[in-house]
Amino acid sequence: MNDVNRRTHAMNIGDLGRTQMEAPEEIAIRVENVDLYYGETKALKNISMSIPKHRVTAFIGPSGCGKSTLLRCFNRMNDLVDICRVEGRILLDEKNIYDRDVNVALLRRRVGMVFQKPNPFPKSIYENVAYGLRIMGINNRSTLDDAVEKALRGAALWDEVKDRLQDSGMSLSGGQQQRLVIARAIALEPEVLLLDEPASALDPISTAKIEELMNEIKDKYTIVIVTHNMQQAARVSDYTAFMYLGELIEIGPTDDLFVTPKFKQTEDYITGRFG
Amino acid sequence: MRNWFKGGEPWIWVTGGAVALCLVAVYAVVWMTAARGLGHWWPAQLVETTVKETDGRVTRLIGEVRDEEEVAVRRLRESGYEIKTDDTYTTRILFKQGNRDVYGVDFRWIPTPLLAEFKYPRDLIAVERHEWGYFFGHLKSVKESGQVVAEGDAAWPEVQKRLKRANDLFDQILSIEKHDIGKVNYQLERLRLKQRKLELKGELTEAVRAQIDAERKTYDEQFAKLQTRLDELRTQNQRDSLTAEVQNGQIIELPFAKIADIIKPNDMNVAQKTAHYFGKLYEFIVDDPREANTEGGIFPAIFGTVMMVLLMSAMVTPLGIMAAVYMREYAKQGPLIRVIRISVNNLAGVPSIVYGVFGLGFFVYFLGGNIDALFFPEAHPAPVFGSPGILWSALTLALLTLPVVIVATEEGLSRVPRSIREGSLALGATKAETLWKTVLPMASPAMMTGLILAIARAAGEVAPLMLVGVVKLAPSLPLDGNFPFLHLERKFMHLGFHIYDVGFQSPNVEAARPLVYATSLLLVIIIVVLNLFAIRLRNRLREKMRGLEGV
Repeated sequence: MNDVNRRTHAMNIGDLGRTQMEAPEEIAIRVENVDLYYGETKALKNISMSIPKHRVTAFIGPSGCGKSTLLRCFNRMNDLVDICRVEGRILLDEKNIYDRDVNVALLRRRVGMVFQKPNPFPKSIYENVAYGLRIMGINNRSTLDDAVEKALRGAALWDEVKDRLQDSGMSLSGGQQQRLVIARAIALEPEVLLLDEPASALDPISTAKIEELMNEIKDKYTIVIVTHNMQQAARVSDYTAFMYLGELIEIGPTDDLFVTPKFKQTEDYITGRFG
Repeated sequence: MRNWFKGGEPWIWVTGGAVALCLVAVYAVVWMTAARGLGHWWPAQLVETTVKETDGRVTRLIGEVRDEEEVAVRRLRESGYEIKTDDTYTTRILFKQGNRDVYGVDFRWIPTPLLAEFKYPRDLIAVERHEWGYFFGHLKSVKESGQVVAEGDAAWPEVQKRLKRANDLFDQILSIEKHDIGKVNYQLERLRLKQRKLELKGELTEAVRAQIDAERKTYDEQFAKLQTRLDELRTQNQRDSLTAEVQNGQIIELPFAKIADIIKPNDMNVAQKTAHYFGKLYEFIVDDPREANTEGGIFPAIFGTVMMVLLMSAMVTPLGIMAAVYMREYAKQGPLIRVIRISVNNLAGVPSIVYGVFGLGFFVYFLGGNIDALFFPEAHPAPVFGSPGILWSALTLALLTLPVVIVATEEGLSRVPRSIREGSLALGATKAETLWKTVLPMASPAMMTGLILAIARAAGEVAPLMLVGVVKLAPSLPLDGNFPFLHLERKFMHLGFHIYDVGFQSPNVEAARPLVYATSLLLVIIIVVLNLFAIRLRNRLREKMRGLEGV
């Protein structure tokens, strides 16, 4: 299998799998020939793919394959790393987010992110959720109250915390904290929600809740999730991308990829022969 | 035995022992200063006895026994004392005979074998005077305008009554001297400077001059009025006096105007002594010093110390935090910033006197001199900021403690987890917003730690202050009722320097020794109190940031 072929598969996900049954998907993010360097090391190699809108797309692959790095390109979190350099284009609504005139803060409001470990601020639950809104300059009490409630309901946390909104966000359990940071992200009503192994630090019950939550909110948001857990990818995602050593091996509808992987590496990985 | 070593047991003992040693050392400091210092105000029994002098005469002694120590008999014989004993060692006592004006010295060491039996007559009085230290003697009579009004047993109630009157008058005089006249003087000086300033600018018109003169006249009148009132009060205060017989049989007359307090220590019960003790302790804390700082209180020194430390904190905290934020958050972490960081750390090791020299050269002479030349030409040749003062002291100490604050703040900033910063940035916050809303609040306990260390270091520092602003006796506090209230150019008193001054520069070392300990204790207490405030604040901040370690 040569490189050219592989890339063709990767780029035309609309053609893959569901062509007969569904209309082509609307595209939220288009990645075009992205290379990423950490100093001299090339961490992402000529990645091209499309992330469909209002779907859950999972990135799987062994540790160090670049799936988190790619995810962090979508909201330019990699900018924080001094030695990191990105080449190629990532289009959000047909606008390259790596253009000079892009306001990174505004971009990150449109592309929310949830990290591997829950990272609530040492503030009250309320202030955690209101944080992004206050940054936007919204300080009206009733507007904030409504937005906080909406976000917490959206993250399926409202019923558990509605009586203790002034308690510290740190006082919640791990699973609750993770839903709190999801609420914090969706309070800004982003277009895209990036989840970087959101359940890896959680127990099975909390993980189930997070997965359930993803199912509920995917109508409204485009979700990209990085996961180590193939069962999780199979359970929650509509599309799955398999990455290996900084390259995108294949991307396609989850059912197809897991049942009839097109490449040997994918098959080996999902059947547990390596990884 | 081998197993005992391998099990780590000895380590527990060694480390535990080190802790115990530290504890002992700390408690010893507090205990010793407390024991030696706090006993000072307890009314000692007055002893009446006789001593056989070197020339064979037997003289009477009245006073307090202040100390006792062992001494070689041979040494005493060499200094001329005739001691009949076969022992090699005997004891001698430190006797406080007071009445410095009468005998010249008020403390003497006397070998115990030369002393007769101690007697404690109940009518002995101990008089605390505004000058010349203590007076001990037998109360004889009370006089009003030179006429005896009471004698013998009747004298004591009369003494108490008249002492009260004299003290009231004394307080009035002091209040006029310090506050009212001080205020008028301040205004007169202000007028003089105003006139001079206008003169220098060439704007001193006749109208203005007349106005200033008119103003000056009202102040002059006020001053004259106060002066008359003072003279009146002083004359009134001269009315009463008492006479007492001192140890050599002389009858001494003491005007009440010179007396601060009189007690009959041999006639006091424990309750009275306790009340007296706390009264004196209170005076020590709230009064001004007298008698070259060996008597009276130390309030100006307490005030100066606290104020200097607060000023220093107000300067060092923002500066240190900003420097740390730049070094940790904005600067590119390269060799240059590493060199800067090392330099800052080393700055903490520079001896404090070097900072004093720098402060004198740079702040006082250069900065202060230029400020004077630019803004206070009217005061020339008298310096305003061009001489040591509390502002320069606070600045010098701020410089001295800057590394501590920077290092602690940097440490705190580096401990704020990356995940929290990323969380904030991912929500669309800019770097500055992340810093203000999340990182700095989370690092605030560490900043407080820096401040606590800075306070601890600054409050105890004396050497640099001697060059940049501390004096033995400051005429006025740096904070008073005269506009603009805070006088940063003024010199101030400091407990640390006070200890040095009283202990080593005082003309009367024996009298001052307990004060050295008492002042030391007070200094320790003040530092502890300042630190406790800062620690409380830090704990509150920590409480707010609770659970941080779990991130």
